[in-house]
Amino acid sequence: MKILGFLLLLAGWAIVIAAVALLVVEAPRTAFVLAGIGVEIVGLVLVIRAHPARRGEHE
Amino acid sequence: MTPSPAPTDLAAALCVVLIFLVPCAAAGLALINTGLGRSRSASHLMMSSLCVLAIAAVVYCVCGFAWQGYIGGPSHSISLAGKSWDWIGAAPFFLRHLTLADSPASLAALLGMFSVGLAALIPLGSGADRWRLGACCGSTVLLAGWTYPLFAHWVWGGGWLAQLGANYGLGQGFVDSGGASTIQAVGGLTALSVAWILGARHGKYAHDGMPSAIPGHNGVFVLFGCLLALVGWLGLNSAGAILFNGAQPGVVALVAINTTLTAAMSGLMAAAITHTRFGKPDASLTANGWIGGLAASSAGCAFVNPAAAAAIGLLAGILVTLSVEWFELRMSVDDPGGSISAHAMGGLWGVLSVGIFAGVGAGGHSGQWLAQLVGIATLIGFVLPLTYGLNWLLDRVYPQRVSAEGERQGMDLYELGAGAYPEFITHSEEFTER
Repeated sequence: MKILGFLLLLAGWAIVIAAVALLVVEAPRTAFVLAGIGVEIVGLVLVIRAHPARRGEHE
Repeated sequence: MTPSPAPTDLAAALCVVLIFLVPCAAAGLALINTGLGRSRSASHLMMSSLCVLAIAAVVYCVCGFAWQGYIGGPSHSISLAGKSWDWIGAAPFFLRHLTLADSPASLAALLGMFSVGLAALIPLGSGADRWRLGACCGSTVLLAGWTYPLFAHWVWGGGWLAQLGANYGLGQGFVDSGGASTIQAVGGLTALSVAWILGARHGKYAHDGMPSAIPGHNGVFVLFGCLLALVGWLGLNSAGAILFNGAQPGVVALVAINTTLTAAMSGLMAAAITHTRFGKPDASLTANGWIGGLAASSAGCAFVNPAAAAAIGLLAGILVTLSVEWFELRMSVDDPGGSISAHAMGGLWGVLSVGIFAGVGAGGHSGQWLAQLVGIATLIGFVLPLTYGLNWLLDRVYPQRVSAEGERQGMDLYELGAGAYPEFITHSEEFTER
């Protein structure tokens, strides 16, 4: 789940970059940038959920 | 961001003086991290701070500045959809061929040398009491040699984020004059990665997941560190505005007023929130709020009016105070120094606040907020995986967390052989089974 989360973070960033580079009209560009950030948030949630292990307690 | 004109002689002289204030911020952060850690790791934390600053300066001069570059300097670009994307500097290593007298590039190198040290100090707060000295140094090599220079090139070296305005009409491009993103957010996200990789301190979380309070050992260090940090931040924000945004020396007063107002409002807000919730103001959270306000002030201090600076500080105080609790309770992230909340959250909010409050240039520019959002997306979507991956690899090669025995003894005795306060008694009750 951690790796998937990090992949989603990178994918979200790629969407943001693609939106800036490829779209000219303001509204769809803004929408895709926000969509990319949304994907990043999903990735961040997955990474966070993959790290609840209290490593200090198990060592 | 359009290329800034070379500073005048007066601006360059003022810039040098201001840059010389920046080490005060490093001293402040070192004191805060030490004060918020345990007494048995105090000497280790100060030693780590000194080593980290030294390594960051050396690595930055060896290769960091070459990759960061400067506006108008050599760089590598790629072409994407017909536009040039400047992604990394291409100056020679060891500051070779750099005019070190009377040039804006030399001032950028000097400020960068101190700034990278500041960024490298931030993770020490989240790794306190369990991060090995050798691992701190290794992590700093990665931060100062790669992560920081790469992102700093994009923002301060004429890279693609700075050129979003010229290439795609997004306001003035990504704007961050004092390092809310390059220093604070990059350092704060590295602190988050380090906290994840190290795990929590022994005794921090019970088996049911409830955290225990492990208070800092010296509130005087923490609060004096806040005052020192303010001095450093005044220099950092002012020098950054002159060097990277072409501000005239007259703007320094506005920058100083805005920086102080943001920190003041943020610190006061944190004190008010903790007073309301716990009956008394909490010194460590107030300090976190103060530092979070300073971090938030860095991005737009030269572009907002004092009322907006106060509003930015007020919201930073709320954000930082709540996020400290959120990281500890909801995310099980053990961050003794509050570095993640103060620097990452404060820095990210500061970057966003430019898009909301600042009229960058005359009359403001449409699209500025989108440029700032692209910068935030880059920090979370690229810098966080990068810095996590690098520190994860380092952990595979050289385990970063101290052994259980080292944590029980305290980092001072285990790694340095002597405590900071030899007359203190080391208690062992907190390591018994609950």
